[in-house]
Amino acid sequence: MSENNYQLVCGLEIHAELKTASKMFCACKNDPFNAEKPNIHTCPVCLGMPGGLPLANRKAIDWTIKIGLALNCQINLFSKFDRKNYFYPDLPKGYQISQYDIPFCHDGYLDTSQGRVKIQRIHLEEDTAKLIHQKDHTLIDFNRSGVPLVEIVSDIDIKNAQQAKEYAQKIRQILRYLDVADCDMERGGMRLEANISLKKSSDPTDFIPNYKVECKNINSFRFMELAINYEMERQAQLLEKSETPTQETRGFNPQSGKTFSQRAKEEAQDYRYFPDPDLPPIEFSPADIERIKNELVELPDHYALRLSQEYQLDLNLSTRLVSSSAEAHFFENILILAKKENIEAEKIINALLNKKIDYQLSDDPQLLIKRYQQLNSVEDMSLETIANFVTEVLKENLDAVAKYRAGKSEVLAFLIGQSMKKIAKKVDVNQVKKILLAQLNS
Amino acid sequence: MTLNQLTLQEALAGLKAGSLDISDLYRDLNDAIEKQKSYNIYLQLNPQAEAEAKQLQDRQLKGLPIAVKDNFCSKKLATTAASKVLENFIPQYESTVTERLQKAGGVIIGKSNLDAWAHGSSTETSDFGPSLNPRNPDYLPGGSSGGSAAAVAADLCLAAIGSETAGSIRQPAAWCGTVGLKPSYGRVSRFGVVAMASSTDSPGVLSKTVEDACLVLNTIAGPDARDATCNQEPAPDFTKFLDQDIRGLKIGLIYHDVQGVEEANEKLAQELAILSQLGAKIEKAQALDPHNAIGVYTVVQRAEVSSNLARYDGIRYGQDRSYFGDEAKRRIMLGTYTLSKGYADQYYNLAQKVRTQYLNDFTQLFKKYDVLVSPTSPGFAKKIGASANSAMFGELEDMLLEASSVSGLPGINVPYYRDPQTNLFFGANFVAPMWREDLVIKVADAFEKNSKWNTWRNR
Repeated sequence: MSENNYQLVCGLEIHAELKTASKMFCACKNDPFNAEKPNIHTCPVCLGMPGGLPLANRKAIDWTIKIGLALNCQINLFSKFDRKNYFYPDLPKGYQISQYDIPFCHDGYLDTSQGRVKIQRIHLEEDTAKLIHQKDHTLIDFNRSGVPLVEIVSDIDIKNAQQAKEYAQKIRQILRYLDVADCDMERGGMRLEANISLKKSSDPTDFIPNYKVECKNINSFRFMELAINYEMERQAQLLEKSETPTQETRGFNPQSGKTFSQRAKEEAQDYRYFPDPDLPPIEFSPADIERIKNELVELPDHYALRLSQEYQLDLNLSTRLVSSSAEAHFFENILILAKKENIEAEKIINALLNKKIDYQLSDDPQLLIKRYQQLNSVEDMSLETIANFVTEVLKENLDAVAKYRAGKSEVLAFLIGQSMKKIAKKVDVNQVKKILLAQLNS
Repeated sequence: MTLNQLTLQEALAGLKAGSLDISDLYRDLNDAIEKQKSYNIYLQLNPQAEAEAKQLQDRQLKGLPIAVKDNFCSKKLATTAASKVLENFIPQYESTVTERLQKAGGVIIGKSNLDAWAHGSSTETSDFGPSLNPRNPDYLPGGSSGGSAAAVAADLCLAAIGSETAGSIRQPAAWCGTVGLKPSYGRVSRFGVVAMASSTDSPGVLSKTVEDACLVLNTIAGPDARDATCNQEPAPDFTKFLDQDIRGLKIGLIYHDVQGVEEANEKLAQELAILSQLGAKIEKAQALDPHNAIGVYTVVQRAEVSSNLARYDGIRYGQDRSYFGDEAKRRIMLGTYTLSKGYADQYYNLAQKVRTQYLNDFTQLFKKYDVLVSPTSPGFAKKIGASANSAMFGELEDMLLEASSVSGLPGINVPYYRDPQTNLFFGANFVAPMWREDLVIKVADAFEKNSKWNTWRNR
């Protein structure tokens, strides 16, 4: 295969809508996916009407910085919003309020199992309205116009499609841990864009190819993986023929599994950025950043490592426990109680993960521990042994057996009690009852 | 004398004392408006004005008629910014200024004419025809708040709302012989004002006297949560600064040696003796050459205009971009150019650096002087038709105001000379540091009350 001679050069741009109560620059409700009707969460500001003025949503700014801190970024203490000027029907002002040369966060990183991916910048902007294309016309829904949107831009450190997927999934996991974004991929709450090019495996590490293909608006991790793999093959074939792949924007067709050309990018579009004169610059003190840092929850990588150390779990196993914040807390509560009861951490975790004990995250951990203990005691004693004890009890209590068979079912409780006494160990009482009934009814 | 010729303060006093009937005032006013129709001062009149006025007798402004420049959004009346692009546009929201004005008992008598999108200093670029200068209808009223200045000068209102980016209140006030008060940038909310250059747009007042300007400013100034650039400090009661002793006040006379301003400067130097007699100290001061401010202002303003007008993209508001007039098209193109890749450093970024130089220059000057003064406009009002084929008409006419405007400073125009032949006026521009409206009001009020040039005080 020709692509073995080539090395992927890939960076990701990830857009995620923040789930603040109100929009980025006005007081309208930020809930585009659950709005009962189009264009109801709107006002002169997010409709871009004459005289409408933006007011920055402080929470969205704090959350962006929180994301930056979670991704090991440097934070700019002085920042500002800029206007990105371009025409599109989903952009009512003719410009998008974004950030140009001073994003809130820069120079961070995220570790994947295949190495570190550096993060260039994270900035905050407003989402556009949603275009709904009909047969012969297009409708515009402004419920989404002005929804806070973070853009996380990685360096070109991604070495293969698998790593791209892991990186993107980890970003989503972290955004959800921080409880700042739902990242609903299907509805566009999180959107992926991969910049893909290839260099020769023999090229120096810092070599940057002279072209770049952008795969835009991918709404699933799987599709992104497929798109990157497809592009690697396509570009390798061109390069083999000594052709340079065209610098362009491509989409991904999930049906065919192929990417397709959307727009050739001969020259970079000129967005004529300039500072938005409607919004004063934003300044932070180191204490502000410290305050936000203190609000950071424990993140999945750290969580998994800590559980593994505190409870002597294999890191692969503890990693499985922290895929969401809710799961991590659930399992940690189980582990704390298990330790008190001298239950081996790995055993109870495996019992849960292997569904030996049915559970839901909303279950009381104390009850789950009890169930485990019961299950465990029974396991200690074989069913045969229990049956032998029960047979003995029945022999010793013949009148009770006769009464039961005559229809006096209330003696059953007495027989169970006698059996439990005879067994003299904590076993699952339900098991005992079952065996008892089987023998009585035989 | 007819009742529409009263100053705002006189009318308020009359209504309070019961010696003036609001219906009589509206009768005289409507007659005057009817008579002056050919001056093309109002783009639209409020048919409910008198009825509204009667309901507002218990409020601060007692239902008195205020002209509002047609770039302030108003729910009941179309808001066009004098551009055909927005013809028949009726906003579903009220600008902060008109909301506060009406809450305080002011009545919007009509929406006054302006240069389309407030681009200009003549009111000739209005898509609905120029307004004429009531002092002499062969001449322009100036602009862009030309309709508001003319409405005051012709007594077609008791005061008017205008907006200034660099000169758009003070220059037409000078040309029409009225008072024009441009507050500090951020003193009055821009919410609901059709944006021209967002970093300098300042709503303000055109009025018959300095006192009237204070009465109106009191109702519209102050913090507004809908404008992030609005000062969050409460505004003072501006009438407190009337009738103050100006002894010891240090006044710097600037732009006294600028070419082409000789006559205006000569007359100003004579008239300023009034302030010396009142105990102020007047000295010639050296400010940065105002010519460079023209460039700074032009570049920054065009850049912001090109972005601010992008929303009129032909998808909404009914009319497409072919409805833009030549002046708007020129500004959009120049602004787009100055922000373009490869040019932004030469133009936009450089202009912002020079802007900082002007700010620093004023900071230095205000270490020595309390107030700075110069003529508002280099000369008298220009003839009708003068702005045609002069792409930089406004910038040159506003040359003496641009430096202070890009610096955000408060300023006021008061008449200081009337030419007996043409009946046209010179106006003086007093400028003070940021948020120091008190100083410009103090000195302008003293000047007005001790000079003979205010036509309402010297009937």
